[in-house]
Amino acid sequence: MNCPECDAELNIPDDAAVGEIISCSDCGADFEISKKDGSTVEIKQAETVGEDWGE
Amino acid sequence: MSKICIVFDRLRSEEKLLEKQAIDLGHETKMVDAKITHFDTDSNKQNIDFGDVVLERCISYYRGLHFTACIEFLDIPIINKFSVSSLCGNKMLTSIILKKNNIPTPKTYFSFSADAALENIEKIGYPLIIKPVVGSWGRSVIPLKDRDTADAIIEQRGITDGPLDRIFYLQEVVDRPPRDIRVITVNDRPIAAMYRKSSGGFKTNVALGADPEICDITNEMEDLCTKASKAVGGGILGIDLMEDKKRGLMVHEINNTVEFKGLIKVSKTNIPKEMIEFALDSIRK
Repeated sequence: MNCPECDAELNIPDDAAVGEIISCSDCGADFEISKKDGSTVEIKQAETVGEDWGE
Repeated sequence: MSKICIVFDRLRSEEKLLEKQAIDLGHETKMVDAKITHFDTDSNKQNIDFGDVVLERCISYYRGLHFTACIEFLDIPIINKFSVSSLCGNKMLTSIILKKNNIPTPKTYFSFSADAALENIEKIGYPLIIKPVVGSWGRSVIPLKDRDTADAIIEQRGITDGPLDRIFYLQEVVDRPPRDIRVITVNDRPIAAMYRKSSGGFKTNVALGADPEICDITNEMEDLCTKASKAVGGGILGIDLMEDKKRGLMVHEINNTVEFKGLIKVSKTNIPKEMIEFALDSIRK
């Protein structure tokens, strides 16, 4: 799968789970894994850090 | 066998460790992304599956808080409870409840407009720390060392003008070593603690690069953390302590969705196991 921002190849670990964030090593864009079915993975733009984020 | 539901909005190593621990203990898990979950006023335990107990682990405070309200509406036990999260997520409410329960905490001043805040700052004197009432990871925690800085920060609050920007939380600067102590409590009992050393500035948040170092839990820490946990209603908490050079330990913050990836590196305690076992006990109560 390629990065929707810069088209570089995305490195998605085999054990990545839905909800995890992956980053493009070329442009640094963050994506969230939205669906995973075997080797088929869908991603969406990750949310940016919100004011109320944290512990 | 029980079913433990872990609610998240960003899957971090903590949520994966909790899931693994629950499975290792022989229980079923359900991972729920809060961002794509729906409720309505007719929702009930029979038509929506959240297992026997829910661990709320959202990174967004308000998302987690409102999600918690929905789970409590379904009469499913959730950790932490809405009442606990609503107190701990707001620094002003936390300071008030700590003081009310005679738990040592830094002196903190509250103002409710920019003009009143500036008047208060001038009256109290510098330095002070200004903190957002809701927020984490040391974000927007700023030392006010002089009038120019205070003017700039308060003017900035007026520009952003969020509802909580009108609440001014000003705290004394505690004379302490360049570190604080994070204690994780489960069911009012401290299970692990670490020193968080500043990586240069005055902030000691692991999220900002502070180095975690194991801290032995003393009787004084245990007593203080148990009291602080009970004051806010218990559950799974991250209690932050400062070591005032004259007054001793003080509680300055309590976190309701505690992160533990820093502490797990240095602690011998199986933190996720303690949390899962507490969740299981909550089903039985």
